[in-house]
Amino acid sequence: MSTTLPRRRSRVSLSRRVEPYAYVAPTSALLIVLMLVPIVMVIGYSFLDNVILNKNPEVVGFDNYVEVLTDGVFHTAIANTFIFVTASVVAHLVIGLAFAMMLNSTLLGPRIISLFRGLFILPWLFTAAIVAVLWRMLLNPNGVANYLLAAVGITTGDTEWLADPALALGSVTFINIWSGYPFFMISLLAGLQGIPADLNEAARVDGAGPLQRFWNVTVPQLKPIIISMALLDFIWTSQQFALIWMTTGGGPIIATEVLSTYTYKLAFAKYEFALASTSAVLVLLLSMVLAIFYVRHQRARD
Amino acid sequence: MATSTRGRRSALKLVGTVAATATILAVAGCSTGGGSADGEVTIEFAQWWAPELPEGAFQGLIDQFEEENPGISVELISGPYASTKEQLFAGAASGTMPDVVGLDGAWVSDFAQQGAIADLTALMAENGMDDSKLASQIQIDGATYMIPVVNFVYPLFVNTDLLAQAGIAEVPSTRSEFEAAAQAITDLGTASGWVLPLSLEAPNGIQNDLMSWNWASGGSMLDDGGLPDLTNDDVVSTVEFVQGLWNDGVIAPGAFTMKEQDKVEEFTNGRVGMMIDSLSHINLIQESNPDLNFDIAAIPAEDGYEGARGIPYASWGIGVAEGSEHQAEALKLVEFLMSTEINSELSTIANAFPGNVDSAPEFGEGKELFEKAFEIYQSGYPANEFTGLPVAEDLMRQFDTEFQKLLEGQVSVDEMLATVQESWSAEF
Repeated sequence: MSTTLPRRRSRVSLSRRVEPYAYVAPTSALLIVLMLVPIVMVIGYSFLDNVILNKNPEVVGFDNYVEVLTDGVFHTAIANTFIFVTASVVAHLVIGLAFAMMLNSTLLGPRIISLFRGLFILPWLFTAAIVAVLWRMLLNPNGVANYLLAAVGITTGDTEWLADPALALGSVTFINIWSGYPFFMISLLAGLQGIPADLNEAARVDGAGPLQRFWNVTVPQLKPIIISMALLDFIWTSQQFALIWMTTGGGPIIATEVLSTYTYKLAFAKYEFALASTSAVLVLLLSMVLAIFYVRHQRARD
Repeated sequence: MATSTRGRRSALKLVGTVAATATILAVAGCSTGGGSADGEVTIEFAQWWAPELPEGAFQGLIDQFEEENPGISVELISGPYASTKEQLFAGAASGTMPDVVGLDGAWVSDFAQQGAIADLTALMAENGMDDSKLASQIQIDGATYMIPVVNFVYPLFVNTDLLAQAGIAEVPSTRSEFEAAAQAITDLGTASGWVLPLSLEAPNGIQNDLMSWNWASGGSMLDDGGLPDLTNDDVVSTVEFVQGLWNDGVIAPGAFTMKEQDKVEEFTNGRVGMMIDSLSHINLIQESNPDLNFDIAAIPAEDGYEGARGIPYASWGIGVAEGSEHQAEALKLVEFLMSTEINSELSTIANAFPGNVDSAPEFGEGKELFEKAFEIYQSGYPANEFTGLPVAEDLMRQFDTEFQKLLEGQVSVDEMLATVQESWSAEF
């Protein structure tokens, strides 16, 4: 008995030590197969000459990085991505907050609020393909937008919203804003509903007006949600591909070329998979900077 | 205590079972095989044709093949053009291409270079297939990689009502007649003279709507060695002609992001007087707007040009996967589709022209435009110099981007063509 007891103990302790790993094994396996392996492969591809099409690719060091980073179109894509993403996130936030405050108002009855909540959330329910088709038709030179704008005398009615290089980036940004604000709205509405009424009440008793209450009570209370949402939106919007590809294809000329369309063209139009991987790695690095900010912010909150 | 240990053990067992099952499923999912124990061979045929034909029509032909070839069964993998393309490129990269593949001329060079599709010249010789009746074969370095099964031509479509309202008695046959007609239609104020889709997402407007003007006047964009020759007089004259139309304001607005389907829609709704388009869209136009009166004609040529006119075409091409374990059976299916009778039948139901020289589509009531197109086709020659070129779609996109700069006034014709010549040359 005295000899069997320690062995049993060690067996128990071994299975205890293994146990937590076994619990996380399925998730770890999925993460490795679906995340780690593809990411490592893409990073590996970026150091080879044209992979996939070339059966025996050779290591070319940082040549692909030099080629992508010195490409003028890549610079345009970065600038366009920055404008597209910044404008989208700021507008999502402002419109989302405005609509959330309207829906949180006590001045309207619950039925009307439900109706508007349904209406406001509609754009978010459409997939990118539907949004693209819808707005391509609306913004067509012969479309509804031009007709209405001409009817009220704002434009001459022949504006080429998506086909004019000077207007195209603004137009696709507008479409992206339209399709993305409801997510902000819903999240901020939840945040607004969680603000204790006594805070506003106390501020009012202290003589604060509506604007002061907004700046000194509402905004500080919503700040954690606003920062998280803005960072997430920054990451998501920088990866927006389908909407731009289906409305303008990165054109006219390179007016709406963003990092995602640039990478896609390298891979599926030029079949330069190594260069596409390089571009993807650069996008990954940019996204990681934002992701680090997000994680740090979350950690600071916790 | 004991219960909790048992509970943990069963949890461990459960995790182990799930992991083992997942592994087995994953491994099983990776295995492929076209053969079966009873000697029956199953070949896969990926194409975008079946969805574009009347429902069940293509399956009917395949059923006939299976009847005539006991022991071979065909599994059709049908999808729209774009998804078929993506599927084939993914299959080519991973070495899992279906045995028989529907091909577009623009993909052939890339697949051949990748070693994804088989050398049909060798395969036909090995299996004794007679290729003397094939109207054309797409070759790379002297070896055939694609056989056009049926061809769709791109004539000029004319809205005859708009043309009559504009006071033009005859369908234009020369570039100057076309320019005058386009201007007259635009002057009506209700429509544009011509439509030019230049979307960079699908840049095939460069092939069908722009370079077709060059081919119609006997011009070429390649030199005798098949290399880019974009600075020759014919290409310069074509680009200047289209630029002139743009400057005259006769091209429908929104050209820079317009796609082929938008072009057809503009014409169908009577907002455009003339367009160059695939014959396969006749049914679609007639169904969408039965009241539209339109005619087709050969694409106008340069003034004074008397030679044969090249007419752009697109093919439903066919090829065999290099990695197929059943290449002989795959070639039998190719031979079946290229046979005189079947090829006639397929071209009739597809509103296309046959890939077998002895086949002829059936004409009849309601097919007058189709018959007229066949006359245009026979009086000229099929021309599509993008077929078989490397990264053909990207060549169009490069041309398209620079052409948009030209129309925006950022570069001159010579600068534009020199830039494209340089970027194209780098791809060859």
